[in-house]
Amino acid sequence: MPAPRTLLDKIWDDHLVCSPDGEQPLIYIDRHLVHEVTSAQAFEGLRVAGRRVRRPEATFATPDHNIPTTDRSLPIADPISKQQIDTLRANCREFGIRLFDLGDADQGIVHVIGPELGITQPGMTIVCGDSHTATHGALGALAFGIGTSEVEHVLAAQTLRQSKPKSFEVRVEGELYPGVTAKDLVLYIIGRLTTEGGAGYVIEYTGPCIRRLGMEERMTVCNMSIEAGARAGMIAPDRITFDYLRGRDLVPKDFDRAVARWETLPSDAGARYDRSETFSGGDVVPQVTWGTNPAQVVGVDATVPDPASMTDPSDRSSAARALEYMGLQAGTPIAAIPIDRVFIGSCTNSRIEDLRAAAGVVRGHQVASRVRAMVVPGSGRVKRQAEAEGLDRVFTAAGFEWREAGCSMCLGMNPDTLAPGERCASTSNRNFEGRQGKGGRTHLVSPAMAAAAAVTGHFTDIRQWRYH
Amino acid sequence: MQPFTTLTGNVAPLDRANVDTDQIIPKQFLKRIERTGFGQFLFFDWRFLPDGSPDPAFELNQPIRQGASILLARRNFGCGSSREHAPWALADYGFRSVIAPTFADIFFNNCFQNGMVPVKLDESDVEELFRRAAAAEAAGQAYRLTVDLQTCLVHDDGGFSRSFTVDPFRRHCLLEGLDNIGLSLKHVDQITAWENAHDLAPLQGGAT
Repeated sequence: MPAPRTLLDKIWDDHLVCSPDGEQPLIYIDRHLVHEVTSAQAFEGLRVAGRRVRRPEATFATPDHNIPTTDRSLPIADPISKQQIDTLRANCREFGIRLFDLGDADQGIVHVIGPELGITQPGMTIVCGDSHTATHGALGALAFGIGTSEVEHVLAAQTLRQSKPKSFEVRVEGELYPGVTAKDLVLYIIGRLTTEGGAGYVIEYTGPCIRRLGMEERMTVCNMSIEAGARAGMIAPDRITFDYLRGRDLVPKDFDRAVARWETLPSDAGARYDRSETFSGGDVVPQVTWGTNPAQVVGVDATVPDPASMTDPSDRSSAARALEYMGLQAGTPIAAIPIDRVFIGSCTNSRIEDLRAAAGVVRGHQVASRVRAMVVPGSGRVKRQAEAEGLDRVFTAAGFEWREAGCSMCLGMNPDTLAPGERCASTSNRNFEGRQGKGGRTHLVSPAMAAAAAVTGHFTDIRQWRYH
Repeated sequence: MQPFTTLTGNVAPLDRANVDTDQIIPKQFLKRIERTGFGQFLFFDWRFLPDGSPDPAFELNQPIRQGASILLARRNFGCGSSREHAPWALADYGFRSVIAPTFADIFFNNCFQNGMVPVKLDESDVEELFRRAAAAEAAGQAYRLTVDLQTCLVHDDGGFSRSFTVDPFRRHCLLEGLDNIGLSLKHVDQITAWENAHDLAPLQGGAT
């Protein structure tokens, strides 16, 4: 009888092209996603070497990182940004790659449109020149971020050099309390694993709490695997996955046959992981980061920690530096921290369920006078769906700005940035120094928590929210 | 790719953990479509004051650390974004090797694509290197190290010598300066065989 295998083992075995003596193995890549910021140099490399794209139909492109989220009928004001978008267009044309361009109804953040269009499917290997490619693992794929040289490699050879990563089971028992979301769960996990706890591993999230999560919630969890150092996070496909995919644009014609194949993917009983950790969903409260990496996080009912209480000297110096950058005092209640800006968006939290959750909090309230708040849907489809449901009017009536799809203030490459010293409640994934603008102070939270903070002007425990 | 065999150079200590790629090369410099010219933007937000002048307090701005080719840092170096602009910026600034206890996976991979050697040493050895660098600098001299990829040794002239491990294939590619894509394309028959053995059904929805 063959040894029991994990989901990772099965996908790895199926995609191993060859493992020549003295070389790293070559694995086949099923889907390659491309955006404007990390691809230009790769296409240029192909041109210089006189190489072609091996399977143009397996690569999909969209501009997302560096585009304005304001009126799309206007030209891009920044000439360097415009050149980068124009370069992506020219490269897609030259090499025959399908582009969801600005103005295309299906344009959006690359990690939002992949699942949405059915490009992402269980059992696939998926790469993109972006560290949040882990998102696609939520559908039972092996998906991870790569550098630009590897983008060029995938374009030319439809494969990657990879040594097999180790497997890490993160099991979550129980269930989440009302008001506690997938974002809170993953921030809680990162806080315990630390920013490098997952390095060298692919995380598979298992257990009843994970099984109860909807498809978009699973994407939020897998998305942030990289913030714990893991290149990929994955969740075995199940009925929720198949129901999500059925009817999407690019899924297999014979869908039932595909489902029969996908049903063989989940890890076998008794499969061995290189490492395992177990958490309890019931232990998680709404989370707020206080520092400058996503593992510097506490519950909304806690206080800003005191670096002096930390035993590890490296943690202590990082925390002291973070508090200085963040302009925070140890011991301050999280709920007493006032905010200036709110950003609801990013590949972590810009899908329709995120917007529904935020709109539910905002409905019947007004954004605090001191706060500037914006909602940036993850894709054109999410935006249209939200507008069909009237969510845009809930947001704008409350004083939020309602924008076009893109990465926006998650990384602030476009004009959407924080001013020095501004403090932001953000549904994005990184609170690094300067991430949202030089000197900007980012606190990572769930969409509902961001919406509540927009209304009250400070962090507020969503579990006590009075919904209208 | 530029081969890497052995490097002897000055060390720039950067006593920080979790140095992320957003710090190594901030996003406002990712709009360029070339691989070159990023060194001027390396650690931009730490390196320069708001008026554009170098911040004298920043580690790499110390006069004694100018011209360093080996960066010494704490754990989880290169975490965060996958941007290969990070090793491009480090290499363009003049670094050919980074020594740290641990590295983030994507950054670690990206180094090998750019003729740079990321060296993992035990935390206690890294601590010792920081101590030796501080002692040398206190005596008015830059601390010098040799990173030898042929013998997989890091050593100085004062008795420090440690071996490090590198994947043998990556080491071979770096020593020879090989074109990774060209090497992979030698296996094109196996790639084609894999494709033929799998059901690569045309995508639905009018994909080209």
